[in-house]
Amino acid sequence: MSHPKAATEFLKDQANSQWHDETLWMIRDKRDASSKSIPEWEELRNLASEIKDNVLSNLDKYLEQFEAQALKNGIKVHWAKDAKEHNEIVLSILQEKNCEAIVKSKSILTEECHLNPYLEKQGIEVVDTDLGERIVQFLQQPPSHIVMPAIHLKKRDISALFHDKLQTEKGNEDPSYLTNAARLHLREKFLASKVAITGVNFGVAETGEFVVCTNEGNADMGVHLADVHIACMGIEKIIPRRKDLGVFLRLLARSATGQPITNYSSHFRSPATGKEIHLVLVDNGRTRQLAREKFKNSLKCIRCGACMNTCPIYRRSGGFSYGSTVPGPIGSILSPGLDMKKYSTLPFASTLCGSCSDVCPVKINIHEQLYEWRQEITKHHGTVGKGLSMKLASGIFKSPLAYQFSGSLMRKVIKSLPESVIYNPLNIWGKSRDLPKAPKESFQDWYKRNRHE
Amino acid sequence: MSSREEILNSIRGIQKENKFLPDIPNFQLEGDLVELFKSAIEANKGEILSKKEFENWIASTNFQHVISCSEPFHTYATQELPDDAHQLDHLELAILDAQFGVAENGAMWLDDSQLPHRALPFITEHLVLILSKETLVSNMHQAYDRIGSDHSGFGLFIAGPSKTADIEQSLVIGAHGAKSLRVILV
Ligand code: SF4
Repeated sequence: MSHPKAATEFLKDQANSQWHDETLWMIRDKRDASSKSIPEWEELRNLASEIKDNVLSNLDKYLEQFEAQALKNGIKVHWAKDAKEHNEIVLSILQEKNCEAIVKSKSILTEECHLNPYLEKQGIEVVDTDLGERIVQFLQQPPSHIVMPAIHLKKRDISALFHDKLQTEKGNEDPSYLTNAARLHLREKFLASKVAITGVNFGVAETGEFVVCTNEGNADMGVHLADVHIACMGIEKIIPRRKDLGVFLRLLARSATGQPITNYSSHFRSPATGKEIHLVLVDNGRTRQLAREKFKNSLKCIRCGACMNTCPIYRRSGGFSYGSTVPGPIGSILSPGLDMKKYSTLPFASTLCGSCSDVCPVKINIHEQLYEWRQEITKHHGTVGKGLSMKLASGIFKSPLAYQFSGSLMRKVIKSLPESVIYNPLNIWGKSRDLPKAPKESFQDWYKRNRHE
Repeated sequence: MSSREEILNSIRGIQKENKFLPDIPNFQLEGDLVELFKSAIEANKGEILSKKEFENWIASTNFQHVISCSEPFHTYATQELPDDAHQLDHLELAILDAQFGVAENGAMWLDDSQLPHRALPFITEHLVLILSKETLVSNMHQAYDRIGSDHSGFGLFIAGPSKTADIEQSLVIGAHGAKSLRVILV
């Protein structure tokens, strides 16, 4: 489904989309309150940004150091140039261990690599153990938010789903009851799995250790009960020193949910006696992104999700309207780097209001990069750009439902339309709130500039 | 060429401006560390107990499966540590020592020396951590200073009980790990 279409779907349920908007805004508020409790907050953001800049300018050296230390610690290190190789490495470890069922904690990287469908095709049962991820996995949906994977669903949906999958009482929507049902269900999986997969929040070059943060404790439940821990890590997750964790752990949870720290921050350095840790270092387009001077900063991302919670488009249209692994503003600058053609429209779904860059704990200039991508896409993919402009232009006037989405996408166009159109009952955004500020470059300008090319 | 070489070579091939690695200033936290720590734990949905309060609480329960790895609390243990962590599935209470605590966020550090099974603080239904007030540091920078170059195969900050808000953002305590966290400050 194209992203305007997906957004249109999401907006059909007006009450739900309003709840989504308000809930994410509430989390943004919590982040603000939490960050204000630290006088040196802005200094921390600067430090985090500078540390990550240093990492990107010395990535090869840090990776080598990290690998050497990890090997010394008894961790087995693998390198994967792309998603395919990553998946093959994971599969080969599973085959070597004769393992047919695994548990997996949250890892956006494995989503990016489409590991689940790959393993399932090989007859391996993959159980996502983060509650939100398990919910969307039951529904065969991707996560709609990187920190809150099931934020697009209501408890009545989850109640019906659990009734079907976990035989919970029909109509019981109590979150504690439903969570407990998932706890019992997943406990069995934890106890039975020989291999557990996790993502990685930070890899420390100095020590060869890596850190995984959760609130549920699901990553730890999985790996400490399994014989083999496979940690999948994007090469940009490196930080130089152990003490840098002090900066990042102070920023991460506060930016994500407003908590001062996640309830569990686990540091893995060597396997317990008789067990194994495998670390898969994955490129999959990251070195290509590093070579793009204008876009390399996107690799500083620590996946806190703050830019989504603050984004007027994401809040209102939901994660699925992005159609990329990482939804929201950061996804819109990462995804075109992976496949410019496929994701060519994403950078245009932004108001360029800059709120994302304001909250980003590592100070990525997200909105400027969105703007740069627009230039890039138009320049390099004249034909794509043109096709896109035609598609969008014909879509906007063809159907009133498509118009709801484009209402935010192309606010300058809208600004020039009479109020009666903006506040037309079909336009939910116009109805419930004022339109956000105009972007630096509107679709109209872009379209005008490009239609003669 | 191996993927390792391919990846490293392509990074080496990119012209990069050298960016400095900043020093981390010695940020401090204003206020009474014990009070700050207490309020942080409570905000994280944990509980602070005195030894006396702990005794009253445990007397009110009927736990059959208790493990203690904290010397002064061994009397409360009902069983020895099993060889295999899977046998901890029915564990109702684990009592463990924490090495030190962080006042700004309530995080407490444990490593392999406190954890004969790494699964212990997760698989148990309830968790009690014993923490000396003397060990409190103000923030995460001091925490990592304190850990220094200690070498442990596994180390962990615990700041609260297992929790989730994945169903409509309603906070539920006890997702997969311990359903409660009690800290005895000594
Ligand atoms: S871009 Fe910044 S705000 Fe967005 S998820 Fe990444 S680190 Fe967080």
